[in-house]
Amino acid sequence: MRREGPLSRSGNRISKERVADKRVTEDEIVSEMRDGMTIGIGGWGSRRKPMSVVRAILRSSVKDLTVVAWGGPDVGLLCAAGKVRKVVYAFVSLDTIALEPHFRAARQGGTIEAMELDEGMFYWGLYAAGLRLPFLPNRAGLGSDVMRVNPGIKTIRSPYPDDEELVAVPALNLDVAIVHMNRADRRGNGQFLGPDPYFDDLFLMAAKRRFLSCERIVATEDFLKEGTFHTLKINRMMVDGVVEAPNGAHFTACAPDYGRDETFQRRYARSASSPEAWTEFRSAYLEGDEAAYQKAVQA
Amino acid sequence: MTEFTRADSCVIACAEIYRGDGEILASPTVGSIPFIGARLARAPFEPDLMLTDGESMMVAGLMPVGIVANEKVIEGWLPYRLSFDQVVWPGRRHVVMGASQVSRYGDTNIASIGPWERPTAQLLGSRGAPGNTVNHATSYWVPNHSTRIFVDEVDFVSGLGPARAARLGGTLPEHNDIRHVVTNLCVIDFQSPECAARLRSIHPGVTVEEVIRKTGFPLVIPDDVGETRAPTDDELHLIRDVIDPTGTRLQEVSE
Repeated sequence: MRREGPLSRSGNRISKERVADKRVTEDEIVSEMRDGMTIGIGGWGSRRKPMSVVRAILRSSVKDLTVVAWGGPDVGLLCAAGKVRKVVYAFVSLDTIALEPHFRAARQGGTIEAMELDEGMFYWGLYAAGLRLPFLPNRAGLGSDVMRVNPGIKTIRSPYPDDEELVAVPALNLDVAIVHMNRADRRGNGQFLGPDPYFDDLFLMAAKRRFLSCERIVATEDFLKEGTFHTLKINRMMVDGVVEAPNGAHFTACAPDYGRDETFQRRYARSASSPEAWTEFRSAYLEGDEAAYQKAVQA
Repeated sequence: MTEFTRADSCVIACAEIYRGDGEILASPTVGSIPFIGARLARAPFEPDLMLTDGESMMVAGLMPVGIVANEKVIEGWLPYRLSFDQVVWPGRRHVVMGASQVSRYGDTNIASIGPWERPTAQLLGSRGAPGNTVNHATSYWVPNHSTRIFVDEVDFVSGLGPARAARLGGTLPEHNDIRHVVTNLCVIDFQSPECAARLRSIHPGVTVEEVIRKTGFPLVIPDDVGETRAPTDDELHLIRDVIDPTGTRLQEVSE
């Protein structure tokens, strides 16, 4: 990773020479992952997933990961490739295909552990981790079987006169977080241009090492050409490395740059129909590098 | 009276769930008919309801099925995180969820079938159901009423029923607010002494016997079970000509 000294400005232009340049490759990101680590993956379902980094994990030797995600094909692919020890989720879905077939196969085959949470608990767990709190209280989960299957999650009583019993949602601390943005600069500031930032900032804040991929790296002074300042939700204090990955969220949706590749997603879903179908999909798309993948999906 | 279809009755039942709700978010999450019902409810009798486009924008007006982006009148922004902060946890929402299983006492399951540790069928996961059912009004849409769905006990309690909430006590009975289960045959509620499922109305053309046959537990059947009300001519016009002119509702429920 290149680090070239502190921020300086010359007039209104940001000096290109002296600011930190956090550009990395997908393989450099994955080289920081170790067997057994807890990895948070941004996006939501089959939307704005950092798929080029997920594909780099598939190519690597890393294994036994705990994956924390608003689950989509990131979770399915990692399960199918045998990279996963445990999934932490509130749902796993491909949006237009309601049920994620590879995740289903892993759960029904008993090949992975699971930690199933309510969506609000999942949000609160990430937030608690980012705030360096051990837990945050909430009503979500009370009385449901989410508490039955997570005996380690405790309740707590309000110390105030209401004496209400609440779930003490535990922090979801991450070793590494990866998210995908529409734009970023080489210093690690990120910009979402679609309708929803999802919880990507919370994933970054919950992690020890924080990486973002983006459709395009732009000059800092060009951010506001494409979106208002409201779209600058990720700042460089939250990011250790950034990789330019055009079409990097493929086949998930990355509005407004591109929609979901529904044809390809259906092909992906069919690859769960048999071991042979998965082998065929894997050899067609996942055995080469990212450039080979992008070439194969354009074909 | 103009002729109408079973799907139209389901739309009316899915609109009626919001009567009296006022200025909250109507939040259909599954199927087509609940969306049409919510949009219809806003026209004649609940004009202050808020609705999203199914993603992050709150949209004013009738919002016909298949409306294109540049015709939406956006009145607010509700990305996923704000929906928890501003709507779910403050209790300003009436959600309509699907259910793969509904129990006699209103517990529901969208998570998985069989033992959770190794399910025979992994479904969506719990999603927001545990939180929804201890925070705000919740109804359900079941387009295929059967003994497979209406079961004595659910395999996984992702959504709390009112009997469970009453038994657990604390603040749960106050916040658990299970309204209606609308199916292709009838409307069920839990307005009975033990919060057991009660037949509220049957859609025109359905018999009580058919509902009983297709429900896997004994329903509370009041002596005076009525029919789901017929749509007015104005409502039929809105359903057919304005909100759902391509007839998506008919693909979800046929006679």
